[in-house]
Amino acid sequence: MMYLADVVALTRKDLRVELRGRDTLPAMLLFVLSTLVVFHFAIPEDAGDNAAYGLLWVAIVFTALLGLARAWVPEQEHGVLDGLVLAPCDRSAIWLGKALATFVFLLAAQVVALPAFVLFFEPLDATAIAGVLLADVGICAVGSLLSAMAAAGRARELLLPLLFLPLAIPLIVGGVGAAVSEEGGRFLLFLLLYDAVFAVLSWASFEYVVTE
Amino acid sequence: MIRGRDVEKRYGRKRVLRGVDIAVPVGGFAVVTGPNGSGKTTLLRLVAGLATPTRGDLLVDADRSRIGYLAHEPLVYRELTAVENLDLFGRLYRIPERRERIGMLLERFSLWDVRNERVSTYSRGMTQRLALCRTVLHAPDLLILDEPYSALDEDGAALLDRELEALAGRQTVVVATHEPARVEALQSERLALA
Repeated sequence: MMYLADVVALTRKDLRVELRGRDTLPAMLLFVLSTLVVFHFAIPEDAGDNAAYGLLWVAIVFTALLGLARAWVPEQEHGVLDGLVLAPCDRSAIWLGKALATFVFLLAAQVVALPAFVLFFEPLDATAIAGVLLADVGICAVGSLLSAMAAAGRARELLLPLLFLPLAIPLIVGGVGAAVSEEGGRFLLFLLLYDAVFAVLSWASFEYVVTE
Repeated sequence: MIRGRDVEKRYGRKRVLRGVDIAVPVGGFAVVTGPNGSGKTTLLRLVAGLATPTRGDLLVDADRSRIGYLAHEPLVYRELTAVENLDLFGRLYRIPERRERIGMLLERFSLWDVRNERVSTYSRGMTQRLALCRTVLHAPDLLILDEPYSALDEDGAALLDRELEALAGRQTVVVATHEPARVEALQSERLALA
């Protein structure tokens, strides 16, 4: 119970910091919307459904990357991560709190992005939306860990995409597959498995990322 | 109790702390001095458990939950208020009667009137007072203070003097400072880094 209380307190803190600072979410919203608008005018009308779903995933992944790049900035600004690491709570709670907050930001961006996609391109069925949600879980689980690793280094902006994008490829395959394949359920199961494996790995390894 | 022998720290090829011996008994008051770049902050980070020595032995007989660490950085969120910052750390440290303790500290460090304002609006001195509140919030057994007088005005420095006087002998204190004269009367150990 104490673990959950710590996670809730840390997530609420992240949401509050973002509501006050408005550093991340507006940039994510603007990026995802402008990307979809550009794609709408850039790709030919006969490009087909698959191309449109692929572009949706380009927008989602890079929007997430934008949010992840800023995820640990509040902790870096005043060295707060040291304070959190010294606190007697389980250190994985820090990761889980950050992953949940990032998930909320990503959901908020998609509340705008998905209707825009439907408006500009193709309809999305329940399987496609489930694919997006499951991929969000994986993105936030892996991304929060990798952005903490990148934040510790000097070249954060360079390091994060290098670490994150290769690991996001299975999520894109699963997400696009759930939207275009006739066996979308199999892709959802694949995404579920990815989420479970990488969430456990990230949860277990976060302590070693933030300590020497 | 802190006991370290031939403690060395390297970051890559760069040696930032060279063969330091340290011994501070329970209730001791150690003052660490030395010029910029001599490794004071590194030594304090090692004692706090935020880093591990590259070579040598360092034993710190204090649980993580019983350590209070004041760093160069205030370790508080700029976009949160003083109350929100202390409440977050109070929760994580499982402090009983958290609100009363926070209120008492904010009064004592003259931050009560600005308790609901964001830290980003604070002066450097006010932020340092808040950092001190955060450091002593959970009444730690081992207090590690890195340049605690920096940015404090005369009132703030006098307040810190009184705090340290009250703590001396009851809690183990390690202070790195460029103003050793301020804490000379309290010190039981002195470590001069070159």
